[in-house]
Amino acid sequence: MADLTTNFIGIKSPNPYWLASAPPTDKEYNVVRAFKAGWGGVVWKTLGAEGPPVVNVNGPRYGAIWGADRRLLGLNNIELITDRPLEVNLREIKQVKRDWPDRAMVVSLMVPCDEESWKAILARVEETEADGVELNFGCPHGMSERGMGSAVGQVPEYIEMVTRWVKQHSRMPCIVKLTPNITDIRKPAEAAKRGGADAVSLINTINSITSVNLDTFSPEPMIDGKGAHGGYCGPAVKPIALNMVAEIARSPETAGLPISGIGGVTTWRDAAEFLSLGAGTVQVCTAAMTYGFGIIKELTAGLSLYMDQKGFTSVDDVVGRAVPNVTDWQYLNLNHVTKARIDQDLCIQCGRCFAACEDTSHQAISMSSDRVFEVIDAECVACNLCVNVCPVQDCITMETLPKGATDPRTGEVVGDYANWTTHPNNPMAKAAE
Amino acid sequence: MSNSPTTPGIVPARLHPEDYPRHFDDLYPDFDPHEARVAADRCYFCHDAPCITACPTEIDIPLFIRQIQNGQPEAAAKTIFDQNILGGMCARVCPTETLCEGACVREAAEGKPVEIGRLQRYATETLIAKGAHPYQRAASSGKRVAVVGAGPAGLACAHRLAMHGHEVTVFDAREKPGGLNEYGIAAYKTAHGFAAAEVDWLMQIGGIELRQGWRLGSDGTLGDLKAEFDAVFLGIGLAGVNALGIAQEDAPGARDAVDFIAELRQTPDVSTVPIGRHVVVIGGGMTAVDAAVQSRLLGAEHVTMVYRRGREDMSASDYELSHAANEGVKIITNAMPVAIHANGALREIEFAYTHAGETGLEPTGETFRLKADQVFKAIGQMLEGAPEELALDGRKLAVDSEGRTSLEGVWAGGDCTGGGEDLTVTAVAQGRDAAMSIHAYLTGTGG
Repeated sequence: MADLTTNFIGIKSPNPYWLASAPPTDKEYNVVRAFKAGWGGVVWKTLGAEGPPVVNVNGPRYGAIWGADRRLLGLNNIELITDRPLEVNLREIKQVKRDWPDRAMVVSLMVPCDEESWKAILARVEETEADGVELNFGCPHGMSERGMGSAVGQVPEYIEMVTRWVKQHSRMPCIVKLTPNITDIRKPAEAAKRGGADAVSLINTINSITSVNLDTFSPEPMIDGKGAHGGYCGPAVKPIALNMVAEIARSPETAGLPISGIGGVTTWRDAAEFLSLGAGTVQVCTAAMTYGFGIIKELTAGLSLYMDQKGFTSVDDVVGRAVPNVTDWQYLNLNHVTKARIDQDLCIQCGRCFAACEDTSHQAISMSSDRVFEVIDAECVACNLCVNVCPVQDCITMETLPKGATDPRTGEVVGDYANWTTHPNNPMAKAAE
Repeated sequence: MSNSPTTPGIVPARLHPEDYPRHFDDLYPDFDPHEARVAADRCYFCHDAPCITACPTEIDIPLFIRQIQNGQPEAAAKTIFDQNILGGMCARVCPTETLCEGACVREAAEGKPVEIGRLQRYATETLIAKGAHPYQRAASSGKRVAVVGAGPAGLACAHRLAMHGHEVTVFDAREKPGGLNEYGIAAYKTAHGFAAAEVDWLMQIGGIELRQGWRLGSDGTLGDLKAEFDAVFLGIGLAGVNALGIAQEDAPGARDAVDFIAELRQTPDVSTVPIGRHVVVIGGGMTAVDAAVQSRLLGAEHVTMVYRRGREDMSASDYELSHAANEGVKIITNAMPVAIHANGALREIEFAYTHAGETGLEPTGETFRLKADQVFKAIGQMLEGAPEELALDGRKLAVDSEGRTSLEGVWAGGDCTGGGEDLTVTAVAQGRDAAMSIHAYLTGTGG
């Protein structure tokens, strides 16, 4: 059995699955249930400064999009940070950490952007003996309007400044949570690193309107006829999160900076993908909110089995394994020539490949009167659209032309690796010597 | 003392009164909106979809399913009705496994097609239940067309003609319109008076007059209609019933299955319909299945369907046959009736096993007898009462690809003509296409 224990910036947990700072981690009751179910750790729902807690709306906080059978694909929320008194949260954090010493206990924080506020809250958190703090620079709604959350996360200088205060006033490991609502995720990550952050976590939720009620013409979720953008999360955001994690993992400025991956982790496979792109732990929220804490059994068993099958003995064997294969477009091998191949035994003759190619692509699939679909190699640019729209797995595949073969589309012989940087059509091409 | 399944003879009320509504209710309940969306999501929206090709009325099935998927069953219904104004009934009675669902690529992929029939029913039901009729008549053309027969072919023809502004009079021999939809289909396939409701809904187009109780031949001739109207469409179906051609086939207890099915559809209380303890149905088509299954539903203890050829030759679909088997109908193939034994009342039927010989079907020499107090004959219907001036093609009216008969100004469609199977959906297609041909003829727009 593969060993799933993790040591992430000194914070140990029995597996890499943490519950993200969110409604499931707002109370002792929920967190204890999570730990009983087997979760490796939690990031306690964001604490605010001392004083009257924030208030939440009293109408719907969540909006969603679904598949046909109501499978939840994306969730959006307009909930704020914890609306419970600071003292209550701190007392419960301390108790839970004491009762569950082997689990990771990270506390998410969001206080006004001045040094005293941060200094004050950090002292209180240290007393709980929590394992670390996560700075919520990501929350895109409500708090950002008050100069916190993503309002900080969108300005690298602020990230650096606050992170520095945190490292200065606390001995605790510090994770900076990043907002995806920016142009280049590397900039805030670099700022966090400059400020002394031990790690970054990402992504926080994405600004979104899930739908519009076409009777009342109000965005969903709707409060008394009005709606405000909320944070989008769940399976739908995973590709965006994977890219942002990879960008930080492979950037020379931030390479090696520990990452806690967040964004649509629903299955062990999602988790393994985040790990392979450089995340040391993953944080989960929507999947737990959709299915309950019981999914942890599939998440841990699945990752463990996968690692056994691959011969990986520890989580670190997976972490970052795909990072070297993430590159820039200009370095992709232009002499890697593939052609679509349709397995006639598997083909069910739906014709979707034909419609896609004929209507929207390169007219590289022929259709006979008896519905036999075949690839025309002389037209196929290997775009992969037919593979993607085919409802039968492995019915259409991409076959690589061997070196020395002639591509019937271009008439050119498949040669050695060559990319755009040396391509004759590139005005900036360097001489290939 | 009340009757039971084991009461000898042909008697009513073999079951508890509460059993009847359940037995004769819809075989499948309608989809609810969520079920419909889940079922619709399975459609791949195939290019040049095989299901469309397989539908005699060429309904744009992927389009209507996509409309259901996106929450607009009324729009889906319009897509269906554009091609098939009796799409509601067809959704109930079409042998979908040999038509659209048989052609569905998911049938090839998984042996589990998209449930097109039920989705079509969901869509059409939604619109018809609202009482909304999505078509408007064109301005009156001043042309008058006589349609003989208010069955699927005649109604489809009449509706399409009315849409184009023609004045249509539908003549029908029965008391109620609908033809086989009203009289010839098992009750559980069209429960809750759907056939009549569908006709009422169809009539909302306006410009159609129904004249029931008018029989071609006795109440007027084709010549009369030709003289009075600008065009005539004949959708007269197959009024005659094939005979077994054996002794004592009219013995008490022997009956045509179509009459039994019609009686069940028309009676206000099915429990009053008498049924035998030992029922034998002779035939291998839908009519035979409908009679056999309903015999069981009425409480007959033993029901046997006997067909002279192999199962693969039965025109009833596999779905229908397994439904019959599930209902407890015993199916015997490769046996033909040779004698009915009766002494006053029916006692037994004697069958000879058959095999395919050089001259066709031949008896093997082996025979057997089935106990029978009631026999339903369902070996097919035939054209009867067709105007003599029309040419025949075999035993049916000869028509060209547009439904034109040998006589100018006279069209025909449905079961009374050759071409296609004798299905409701085929009749609708022929009625509709004949209407377009008539329209072109009346307006001088066609070739």
